[in-house]
Parts: sequence; C-alpha cells; structure tokens
Amino acid sequence: MTSSVEHHVSQPYKYGWTTEVESDRVPAGLNEDIIRLISQKKEEPEWLLEWRLKAFRNWLKLTEPSWANVEYEPVDYQAISYYAAPKKEKKLESLDEVDPKVLETFNKLGIPLEEQKRLAGVAVDAVFDSVSVATTFKEKLAEHGVIFLPFSEAVKQHPDLVREYLGSVVPATDNFFAALNSAVFTDGSFVYVPKGVRCPMELSTYFRINAAATGQFERTLIVADEGAYVSYLEGCSAPMRDENQLHAAVVELVAMKDAEIKYSTVQNWYPGDENGKGGIYNFVTKRGDCRGNNAKISWTQVETGSAITWKYPSCLLTGDNTVGEFYSVAVTNNHQQADTGTKMIHIGKNTRSTIVSKGISAGKSQNTYRGQVKIMKRAEGARNFSQCDSMLIGDKCGAHTFPYIDVRNSSAIMEHEATTSKIGEDQIFYCQQRGLSAEDAVSMIVNGFCKEVFRELPMEFAVEAQNLLGISLEGSVG
Amino acid sequence: MTKEPEIRDEYVADYEAFSRNGGSGVPQWFEDLRRAAISQFSATGFPTTRDERWRFTNVARLKDTKFALANGERPTLSLGEVKQHVLGAGADQCLVFLNGRYSKELSSIGGIPQGVLAGSLRDVANSGSKRVERHLAKYAKTSDSPFTALSTAFMSDGAFVYVPQNTIIGEPIQLLFLTASAGRPVVAHPRNLIVVDRNAAASVVESHIGLVDGTYWTNAVTEAVVQENARLHLYRVQREGGEASHTATTQSHQRRDSSFALTTIELGSALSRHDINAVLAGQGAECSLYGLTQIQGRQHVDHHTTIEHARPHCNSWEFFNGIYDDDSRGVFTGRIVVHPGAQQTDSKQTNNNLLLSKGARADSQPQLEIYADDVKCTHGATLGPIDEKALFYLQTRGIEAEAARNLLTYGFGVEILNRIEIAELRDQLDQLVHVRLDEGAERRRAGK
Repeated sequence: MTSSVEHHVSQPYKYGWTTEVESDRVPAGLNEDIIRLISQKKEEPEWLLEWRLKAFRNWLKLTEPSWANVEYEPVDYQAISYYAAPKKEKKLESLDEVDPKVLETFNKLGIPLEEQKRLAGVAVDAVFDSVSVATTFKEKLAEHGVIFLPFSEAVKQHPDLVREYLGSVVPATDNFFAALNSAVFTDGSFVYVPKGVRCPMELSTYFRINAAATGQFERTLIVADEGAYVSYLEGCSAPMRDENQLHAAVVELVAMKDAEIKYSTVQNWYPGDENGKGGIYNFVTKRGDCRGNNAKISWTQVETGSAITWKYPSCLLTGDNTVGEFYSVAVTNNHQQADTGTKMIHIGKNTRSTIVSKGISAGKSQNTYRGQVKIMKRAEGARNFSQCDSMLIGDKCGAHTFPYIDVRNSSAIMEHEATTSKIGEDQIFYCQQRGLSAEDAVSMIVNGFCKEVFRELPMEFAVEAQNLLGISLEGSVG
Repeated sequence: MTKEPEIRDEYVADYEAFSRNGGSGVPQWFEDLRRAAISQFSATGFPTTRDERWRFTNVARLKDTKFALANGERPTLSLGEVKQHVLGAGADQCLVFLNGRYSKELSSIGGIPQGVLAGSLRDVANSGSKRVERHLAKYAKTSDSPFTALSTAFMSDGAFVYVPQNTIIGEPIQLLFLTASAGRPVVAHPRNLIVVDRNAAASVVESHIGLVDGTYWTNAVTEAVVQENARLHLYRVQREGGEASHTATTQSHQRRDSSFALTTIELGSALSRHDINAVLAGQGAECSLYGLTQIQGRQHVDHHTTIEHARPHCNSWEFFNGIYDDDSRGVFTGRIVVHPGAQQTDSKQTNNNLLLSKGARADSQPQLEIYADDVKCTHGATLGPIDEKALFYLQTRGIEAEAARNLLTYGFGVEILNRIEIAELRDQLDQLVHVRLDEGAERRRAGK
C-alpha cells in the first residue's frame, strides 16, 4: 500500500519550467545602497524610501526565528538578488507591449491576461519576479471606484491611501521576515474598495518566480472601507531549481466598519524534488485587522507547494462583533515541511472566530498546525471554535498540532478539538467492495476530509484545489 | 528586578557546603549523580518566561528569595497533629516526612507486607541497595527542568517503595510530606522512587501538606517504574500553605502490558508547577492521567504533561479539569508524542477549564507530535464560564443562583474525583472541594 502511495506522491511538478527572458536585476546582496537602488528603479517617493531604510536598520537588529517545527539550511541573505524584472524598452502602455514570452508564461499557467479570454469575470494582476506585468479590468473596476493596481503604481497614483494603511497591520518591526520584506519589497497588489461598494468581480493576483538566485518579496495591501465587500484570490508557482529560493511576502488586510474581506490562496510554489533538493522557502506574514465594528475577514488557504512553509494568516478582531475565519488545507509530501496555522486575537466585544485546519502528510514530510487564540481582557462574550484534523499517509511522515489558547476574560467560550488518524483500511475496503478502485476511494476520502475547507473557496479555485490534491496524493494506496 | 545570577551562585555554594556536611556519607554513585546535576543547574539557572516551556509561569517568587535547605530544621510535631492527615485504610503503612526528612517517630510502618520495601530513600541507598542504584535518577532527566536538576543535586531523602514480583497490596501506601514552622524561607527537595515489579499491583498516596502560612518551597520529584504486567495507581494531593511554592516532577516509566494511573489534585500553594512525564516503553502498556485543580485568590497552577508513546499498541487517556475563581490562573500544556514505529497508538486528551470570576485566567496548550501513521489521537480543550442556560434552568426549579452555580461547578470537579478508588480519600477531597465552593458562594453573596 505504501509503495503505491509513494509512487503517486512522486508526481512531477507541473509548473517547473522557466521562461527565457532577459532580466534586469540588481546585484546580489543587501545593504542600504541596494534598497536605494530598488526604490529608485521603482521611482518611489522619499517617504517610502525612508520607511524601507528604517525597516532595514531594524532588520539588522532582529534574529531569524527558530521556534517553528522546521529544519532548513540557513539562508544567506547576501547571496540573493533582491530585484529582478523582465527587461523592457519603455514604459508599458497596454497588454500588447508586454514581452510575448511573459504573456506566454501566464497563458501556459492558465492565467488569462487577455480580457476576451477571461474566465467568468476575474480581474488578474500578474506579477513576474519583482514586477507586475499586467493588470486586467482596471477600467471596469474604476467605474465602481475600486482601485486594483500593482503596488508600485498605487504608490504613484494614490500615495495618500498607501501611506495611510501601509504597515498599519503588520508594522515594519513585526518580525524578522516582515522587516526584511518591508525593506526590499518589490511588487504586489493594492486594493481599495470604497464605502458601500461590493466589488463586482473576484480580484486575483498570480505570482511567478522566474529568475534564478532571486527571491520574491511581494507586498499586498487590501482595504475595504465601510460596508464594502471584496473577494481576493492569490496563486503562485516557480521553476524547478536545485537551489532554494526565498519568498518572504507580507499581506495586510484592513476591514473597516461592516466591511468584509475574503482572501483565498492556492499556494503551489515548487516544493523541491523527491530527495528534498531545491524548492521555495515560503516565509510569509499575513494579517488582517477587523478595525471597525461588525467587520469580517475570512482566510482560506490550500497549501500544497514550497519546501518550507512558515505562515500564519491572522485576524485582529479589534472592532466589536467582528468575525475572523481561517480555513486551511495543508498537504505535504516527500521532504516538505509546513508549519502553518493562524492567530485569532479577540480584542473587541462579542467577537467570534472559527478555525478549521486539515493537514495531510505523506512521504517523509512534516506537517505542523500552530495556532493561537487569544482573548483579551475586555473582549466580553468572545467565542471561538477550533478544529484541527490531521491525516497521515505512510509511516515516515509526521503530523503535529500546537494550539495555544490564552483566555483573559472569563465570559469567553472557547473550544478546541484535534484528531489525527490515517485512512481506515476498513473505509477503503468498503469502497472497493462497492466497485471503486483503491485510488478513487482514497481520493474520495481525502476530498471528504477537506470538504469543509474547499467549500469556502471561490468556484474556480475549488476545482483547482481538488485537482492539486489529486496530483499530490495519486498512487498513495496500493 | 531579579537577582537571579547571584541566587544561582548561592545555590551552587549551598551545594558545596551540603555535599561536605549534611549530604555526606552517601555512596559514590549517589554523589556523582548530584554533582552532575548541580553543574547542569549552574549552566541553565532558573527558567524565564522566554523559555517556551515556561511561557505562562513566572518563577520570580523562587528567583528573588533565597531559600535555605530545610534539612537542618527540626521542628517538633506530635503524633496527634499528624494523625488527622493519615487515611484510615493503610494507616499502618504510612511514611511521614517532616520538612523533607524521614521521621521514624511519626511514621507507622507495621502493616507493610513482608517482602515489600517502604522506607527512607537515604537509609536504603546507604545500605548499598542495588535496586536504588539501578533506578534512581535514571528517568527524570535533569535537562528537562532546572527544578529536576536542583532536586537531583540536593537529593538526600524521600521515600523508596519496592513491590516485589507477584505481590498485590490491597491498602494504599501513604507518603505524607509535611512542612512545619521554619522561621525563615526554606526549601525541601523530597525525592521518591517507586518500583513495582512484574505482575505486582499497588497504590500509593503522595500528599504534600503545609502546616504553616509562611513562605517556603517544596521541590519534589517522584520516579515510578512499572515493570511488565504490573499495576500502579499513584494519587497526588497538593495542599501546601497559602504562601508556599510547589514545583514537582512525576516521571513514570512503563514496561510491557503494565498499567499506570496518576490522579493529581491541586488545591494549595501560591505557585505550583507540576511536570508529569509518562513514558510508555513497552508494548500494550496503558497510562491514565487525571487532574483536578481548584484554586482561588491569586493562586497559580501549571500542569505540564508529556506522554511518550515509544512502543506500539499502547493506550493513554488524559483528563484535566480546572476550576478557577477570583484572580487565579491555570495553565495546562499536554504533549502527546508518538514515536516512529509506535503504531496502533490510541490516545485521548481532554482539558476543560471553568472560569468562575472576571479576574480568572486560563491558558491551554494541547500538543500532538505524531511520527507514525496508524494511530488514533485526539485532544480537546474548552474554556469558559458556567453555562448560563443550565444556571437559569436550575433557578426556574427554585434553586438559588449561588447554590446552582456551586452544583454545576461541583459536577465539573466530581468527574475527576470519581476516578479515585480509595473511598476515604475521595470523601476527604470531596469535602475540601465543597468547603471552597461554599466560601466562594459566601463571598459572592456578600459582594452583591
């Protein structure tokens, strides 16, 4: 049984090719001059450069965290090139001027950049290495007052908005990787949904790492003003390389009074080969702030890629009656290591949070759920429900659960449940007896296991997620 | 401000004096264990809240006061004063320790069955027993906790219980640790070793009772070895004085098909930290841990449990309930580790916490670390106030609010008390729980 599972798990990574484009990159290394150079290339205002430099000086004082349940070769931060962009002759005016090779890359990945070929109304911002190459539906969104721009464009067009919210949820001093990102971040998306507007379509950003010996440091900032609603999707992939590449992103969400933000991720960075060589180090800080009363932030993530994942999408439930949700499926295989989970910080009254986490480990991987639910002293009537289930496939992998529950208000009610199990032989036997192949049975059971999370995903993503899961677990039963 | 480094040096200096005087006259292997332990402690010092295992428990109380070794203190206590703490069942197999030191006069060991050894660890070690040498300090690792290191360094007395093969002891063996007046802050490091040999069965009651209100510290370590097909039920009652600190490690090591149960009740002391480490080192072994904490005022109780499934086909159950009133604070960390190859593990852990007042606080960290695939592991934790609907229901039936609150709280505590198989002990603890509940209700009524 195990050998077949392993066979299935060793499916090649589909997105591992590279695109031959000439790239414009800064020399490897990290110092104030590099940061000035990046800032200059992006034609940034003075305040942003100052902000970056401050973050950098702070980063120098921080040490890399070691508490996560992952092991990896230390990263040489001086060996990375912090900026790489496809070379271009002049400023891009329209999609026609984008390097066709880059366009082809996204087409190959199934990301529609040409609006006529669009999937049912999803606006896409495509980020290639350090720069955004195309953003679709800008005009249509503008009609509704929705701003959806590459981060560097937003800095130029809406400096006041960016300045007001940048770093207000994840301060530049927050942690080692957030500080690094704040110093060197290159591109990402900026979304602003004005008061009372329900964003007419799903917004999506696709991140692609292409150049070697670089890292990707994107920054996403989404602001939903009073009563607004937005659903945002994020996808990613990278070529197969023997070196480990670093991806240290920061995502900030701000939901004002009565606003709702739904943030979905399908993370499929290159996970390394079956011997654990290569792969992306995915060290990400994601945090949302339910700043106004009755706001809601919902995180949904499907994590299948990356050699190392270190990611805790969190919610600050600052306003009264705010709601935070976290739905996660994390699949690890071969030598992948994932330490992921969430933080729910209940600050306002009658705040509610739900955590549903499903971990599947196969091969020699280690899959850890680490989460914190903190109920502050004045969070009267707070309510939390957490459920963390793990599934093990094979006897060389590990599944771990580390929830931290910290209650400082006695009116809070909180429940936590966790289970760990394998797919029951009797379950498979039952399905086989009904004429299903063992593989179909496993896929059905695994999909059932993840269903609670998948149903939170927007439709296109749910299909993609199920396919991804199928790929990473094919052949896992024999 | 903590004076930690100086205090640490003082303990090291104390150790030097102790090994020359009070602690002398022990076999070389015993002395070697102590010496290794003090160098371990001197390297780490006291834990801080930056240390992951100590995040929620601040031991400043222990770092900022210098405690003198209690061994030198010889308070007098009459048999009558001791008697009220001795259970009727097995009253003639009761070892009494006063300020950490075995008291022959106060103990009553006439009923200990032939072949069973129960006595002062110090006496047995000095008599050249190989059994003590084989097991002592072999399970509780000094690197796990600075307090275990300190206990091992100052190891001088405690109980040694050995139950030989095929022996079943009906009545519990009682180990009574009393702290009486000391005039200055003192620390005792009682050290116990319980070995239950093949096919034997026994129960042991370990009670820590404070007879004074002053500041003192008990740092206890108990190692329990349960051999093949043997059974041990260990009861642990912590009723230290209100200003006392209590740190403890209970370490069990089980062989094939053995059964070990620990029921621990925490009621006393200002600061209590109990590390429970259970190792299932033989196939088919079973381990159950039950805990009840009921505290008030500014009391702080921290349970840190680890169950290691090192072999296949082992089961473990863990139930810890906490009742927190006033400004008290409870911490629970429950780790379950399933080693590679420990297939067919079945493990269940539950931690429920009841917060009775606004100021009460609880932290719960259930943790699963699993390296085998064919296992069934679950944990659950709840935290919250008394269910308002249940309270309302009882009130509609004519039960006064505070009485109803107490009924519900008692129901929460009795889940654990019912695990106690010694009727007299259960009744005694039941009584103590009730007294506390009534006091709490009185306070609330007066406050309204």
